[in-house]
Amino acid sequence: MLLNMGPSHPAMHGTIRIMLELDGERILNSEVEVGYLHRGFEKICENRTYFNLLPYTDRLNYVSPLINNLAYVMTIEKMLGIQVPERAQYIRVIMSELSRISDHLTCLAAMAMECGAFTVFLYKMKAREFIWDVIEYTTGVRMTTSYIRIGGVRADLYPSYRESLQKAIAETRKVLKDVHGLLDKNKIFLNRTRDVAVISQEGALSYGWTGPCLRSTGFYYDVRKAHPYLVYDRLNFEVPLGERGDNFDRYVVRMKEMEQSLRIIEQAIEKIPASSAPIMAEGIEPTQAIQASRTKKVQKPIRLSPNLEGSEKEVYKDILANDNRYIVSPKEDTYTSIEGLINHFQFFMRGHGIRPPQGEVYFSVEGGNGELGFYIVSDGTDRPYRLHLRAPCFHIVSALEYLIKGRYVADVIPTFGSMNMIGGELDR
Amino acid sequence: MAMEDKKILDELQKKFPGKILEVSEVFGDAVAVIEKDALSNIVKYLKNKPHEYSMLLDLTCVDYPERAERFEMVYHLFSFTQNRRLRIKARLPEKQPAIDSLTSLWSNANWLEREVYDMFGVHFHGHPDLRRIFMYDSFEGFPLRKDYPLRKRQPLIPLRK
Repeated sequence: MLLNMGPSHPAMHGTIRIMLELDGERILNSEVEVGYLHRGFEKICENRTYFNLLPYTDRLNYVSPLINNLAYVMTIEKMLGIQVPERAQYIRVIMSELSRISDHLTCLAAMAMECGAFTVFLYKMKAREFIWDVIEYTTGVRMTTSYIRIGGVRADLYPSYRESLQKAIAETRKVLKDVHGLLDKNKIFLNRTRDVAVISQEGALSYGWTGPCLRSTGFYYDVRKAHPYLVYDRLNFEVPLGERGDNFDRYVVRMKEMEQSLRIIEQAIEKIPASSAPIMAEGIEPTQAIQASRTKKVQKPIRLSPNLEGSEKEVYKDILANDNRYIVSPKEDTYTSIEGLINHFQFFMRGHGIRPPQGEVYFSVEGGNGELGFYIVSDGTDRPYRLHLRAPCFHIVSALEYLIKGRYVADVIPTFGSMNMIGGELDR
Repeated sequence: MAMEDKKILDELQKKFPGKILEVSEVFGDAVAVIEKDALSNIVKYLKNKPHEYSMLLDLTCVDYPERAERFEMVYHLFSFTQNRRLRIKARLPEKQPAIDSLTSLWSNANWLEREVYDMFGVHFHGHPDLRRIFMYDSFEGFPLRKDYPLRKRQPLIPLRK
């Protein structure tokens, strides 16, 4: 019998179609069809400036947009050779670890729900809310952040970030403990995941698997350890490994990784250099400042609109590289001084702005799913000549046909869930 | 250039004389441009001991319409034992661009090559199932080629007015 699963099916979290050739309940053959979410990301990027294409990267892996931002931005920084201030590097680490946790939580929540554990789903969504609260306070939005910018980050952390981070960490720990209790020895969950969809180390490498899925086979590879970026080499964390490479190991590795991410965040809060600027500058109203700037240079601090909170001129040196060729000049300068206005125009004018030297570059970070890499070819203009994304789940999903062959239809669901397929990243 | 990268590139030049067209270092990454016919031999050699570039990290293509050899295939290999990456490039002509498939060496080459075929129209010799992957079968043209207009629309079913 031929059975069509998807592209829009309640148990498929993402638009993907699987054609199954069945004998009873057993899968003889299958064919995975992707591309339903193809938006031409790479083509669009060739026609946007380096600064303007950042929001498109949010929409790749929409559960951990901050890591996508980071991967793209660090690729450009590798080309330009920019040094990022230390505080910004720590902020980046905190943000990417929070994203990793939210990514893993979402993946496991969906996987558990599809196996019937709805409580786990609700618990994990609850933990994710605490994490997204921190992300929302910091970046201003929950999902499409565009927060990590070339040269640093868009805004400084908010004053009470320690307390809310500690709260998020405590709540997540509690949820992780509960989930361990609910699932680790749960017969239903074990029957559907233990020794289901086993992949060997050789198989996983041949399919180009990276990230938690590769580590579930017991293979030690983590971009944060192999090619340390940011300040990961100054933080202590372990890389959890699985043993058998089945669905259950993929679940366990993700659970343990979240604990390590929490550890990293805790260390980062301790080690982050203090901001040298007063956090919210008291100052004159923007309209008054513009009025005053018509006659002479404004010396007093200017208060910005609330949606620019955290990116005042005084905090720029903590969060952005000191090079006005690559960063947007502070809004205070743009509106009240001619130099700032010129810098602003030079940055945004067509044909100007960020123009990396000619050449091509590959850079990767450890994303939620694995090695997230950007390959960018620059021809010296303000737009990339070619931009290619190494999407980790493209490689992982390509093994789905192999993994479900000879298994039952019911095994498709946890297998697919444990892969963490993200349509935006897979189809680009 | 890092010592180890230089050693590998020198060794490749010795092992495959005339097949390595250029070696260079761009932004710290080692790059070798090779003759397209030698791809599978060179990659097979790199995959085995002593180098053990055992993972095909990425495979893509870049279109340079003004060049005589229009398409440039880009392969990123990764060696876990040495913890280093290597970029291999091969140039293909505009007329009937084709190169050997790597599906016999790496399973993920299957989908990656389908993607390049879909987006650039490059053929792969020995690929078991060379079909479009993202676009639908009746799609005309290759969207990531530079001469495909950005705003061209080919809806599979007519758009609602």
